[in-house]
Amino acid sequence: MPATETLEEAKRVMQICNSCRYCEGYCAVFPAMTKRLLFGDGDVTYLANLCHGCQGCFYACQYAPPHEFAVNVPKTFAELRAETYRDYAWPGVFKGLLEGNAKWVALITVVLTALLGIGTLMVQGVDKVTAVHTGAGAFYEVIPHNVIVYLASAPFALAIIAFIIGALKFWRDIGAKPAELFSPSAVWQALKDVGQMKYMAGGGHGCNYPNDNYSMGRRYAHQFTMWGFMLCFAATSVATLYHYAFGWEAPYDYLSIPVVLGTLGGIGIVIGPIGLLVIKKNADPEPRDTKRTGMDLAFLWMLILTGVTGLALLVLRETSLMGPLLIIHLGIVLALFVTFPYGKMAHAVYRMASLIRFAHERKPS
Amino acid sequence: MSAALTARRMGASVLMIESANKDLRGGNSRHVRNIRYTHKAATDYVTGGYEADEYMADLMRVTDGNTNEELARFMIDASEDAVDWMLEQGIKFQPPLSGTLGLARTNAFFLGGGKAMMNSYFKACEKLGIDIVFEAEVETMEVADGRFEAAMVRHGGELHRVEARTVVLASGGFEANIEWLKEGWGEIADNFLVRGSPMNTGKVLRSMLDNGAKPIGAVDQCHAVAIDGRAPKFDGGIATRVDCVIFSVVVNKLGKRFYDEGEDIWPKRYAIWGRLVAKQPDQVAYAIIDQKSVGLFMPTVYSAIKADTLADLADQLGVDAAEMEKTIAEYNAAVQPGDFNPTEPDGCTTVGLEPAKTNWARKIDTPPYYGYPVKMGITFTYLGVEVNKSAQVIMNDDKPATNIWAAGEIMAGNILGQGYAGGTGMAIGTVFGRIAGEEAARHARN
Repeated sequence: MPATETLEEAKRVMQICNSCRYCEGYCAVFPAMTKRLLFGDGDVTYLANLCHGCQGCFYACQYAPPHEFAVNVPKTFAELRAETYRDYAWPGVFKGLLEGNAKWVALITVVLTALLGIGTLMVQGVDKVTAVHTGAGAFYEVIPHNVIVYLASAPFALAIIAFIIGALKFWRDIGAKPAELFSPSAVWQALKDVGQMKYMAGGGHGCNYPNDNYSMGRRYAHQFTMWGFMLCFAATSVATLYHYAFGWEAPYDYLSIPVVLGTLGGIGIVIGPIGLLVIKKNADPEPRDTKRTGMDLAFLWMLILTGVTGLALLVLRETSLMGPLLIIHLGIVLALFVTFPYGKMAHAVYRMASLIRFAHERKPS
Repeated sequence: MSAALTARRMGASVLMIESANKDLRGGNSRHVRNIRYTHKAATDYVTGGYEADEYMADLMRVTDGNTNEELARFMIDASEDAVDWMLEQGIKFQPPLSGTLGLARTNAFFLGGGKAMMNSYFKACEKLGIDIVFEAEVETMEVADGRFEAAMVRHGGELHRVEARTVVLASGGFEANIEWLKEGWGEIADNFLVRGSPMNTGKVLRSMLDNGAKPIGAVDQCHAVAIDGRAPKFDGGIATRVDCVIFSVVVNKLGKRFYDEGEDIWPKRYAIWGRLVAKQPDQVAYAIIDQKSVGLFMPTVYSAIKADTLADLADQLGVDAAEMEKTIAEYNAAVQPGDFNPTEPDGCTTVGLEPAKTNWARKIDTPPYYGYPVKMGITFTYLGVEVNKSAQVIMNDDKPATNIWAAGEIMAGNILGQGYAGGTGMAIGTVFGRIAGEEAARHARN
């Protein structure tokens, strides 16, 4: 559970909001709020993770500072969300990675990439790493296929396990029934909400950026990021199928399905996060959790680096730079996966869980 | 706002003098939520039609006929394109969600409420090149023979003389001016709370009346509701209202009841309770409920004061405990059995009690007990300047002022002699603001 003072502030704010309700048109948070009379720890944790940080309710708020009620829902909820990611991180021993997150992510990335580089050089030798390799299995001349598979899938699997455990604890603490997590209609509704990033449209006009102005910029940038990530995942899945089902070894043709998906995805996870970085830089700091901007920045930069090194690898795969680039790209992807449960990626898990909960709540009873 | 935008679009150069800073800009409009307007059918923002005749009938009912019928009818007809016009200015509305308020058919709701609306209005002003000076307060108006010459404006600690060919007064009422309220209410006004802007001190209105503008409305007429006694002195807005009265027993400081709490559904009665409370000792009363009524009404911004016994609750509230226990015992004894229904008048009544509680009368007997202190909260005042259909200010000789127009709360008394129907203020402000802006711009050009 997040810190008492953060929870208490969220409860204080929700009690004020619940007696006003002017913001009901913005997003899911307020309809979910009106279903409650009293707010417990689980209720505000749920509502905080339902919040997409569009900030519409802040600029519309007649009780925002300097009013003595000092209502600032987006900031209060952003702080509570960050504490959710920290306190539901599993195993608990890694919770510390969520404080000063950027520093840890950078360190892990450098160390893993360096280890991978040193290891590869020691095993393969400088000449093999810097040679030009072409044709099927070219990448595996530098790092063998099964090594890549083990290196990438192990942390990915661990991340999934960590997230499942975190999500189940979260689900229990927000007071939802276990069976509801697996309700097809609710999950489908939540997937639709995520697919369209419905609540980043605020009340239909976008988030408020850079001040009380409505803008779809943040939603579009997030869509590029999220769908870019999904396309990269799809590219890897198709490539895996090619490798094991058909015995076709990478690199694949520029117009092959994995390369097209991966290229589009790579572009998405570069331009989307760049857009989000620009928005973050120009945005009004008041309705945000400025204490933990580092966590957001670290995640966005990791995605950009993943995309840039991946695209560079594609373009330069038939040159002597392929080996070094493969090591760097793989090192970054490895670090991205390792830090998934201990960084901003966690938002996707608790947001999704909250949207499923909301899908249940809004069903007519 | 509507005056400034309209005048600017007609090519006039416009200076807007705003007494508030940027955070509090927009007067009481930042606390509003919706606009009541004439419309023939359902739209994206309302659930059904609301014709001019029904609007007029509602207005006649709430004001008890205390209105300028010709002007009211004119406003109602002109309100028909108000929402479309606001959309053109960039104002955003939300789909009809607020079924509980019972206004989803008649009123269009601003997405995010009045402050969001004001943000959009100010943005539109900036885009059109309207000059806005914040923290600038008009102290006095220079008017000679019904002609505006200049305004004396305090800004940055200095007094400036601002001349203009025409002027539109949209400076609100005087509800934040306790001294003025005392002229109508006496010393008890010290105990009133002001739900809206602390900037509404009525200086422009006072100066206009001193300069021979014809007043309309009585000094003690205002929209006043019962709000939580713990609310801030100013700017508490919507959240401080207390909706539990119909399910409660309301006692004064002496522990005695003074009015039928269950006369009608709350939306039809909340506006009389401000005055009722104002007549009680120290202008305070206490709504008492028991555990049975928890959750039947809108949640409150302040938690109720809670106790296991009525005597303890009375002590915590500062009410005469023995008297309150006696009052509630008598009330409980008078409650008749019935089918309690929180959503409509249910006929659950008391017998032989003075005053009776005629609906939702249930025994207060299930601890814990809860109490809300309530005081009178003024929303707005009705005393203003008389205007004609062109929104021109009428002077004491019954002739319109040459170059002075008025819109909003400063002239709302022309239409609202008393009483209120939610969203009418926005309609009056928007309709007359647009007319005032148009007329003032035309006059300035000639």
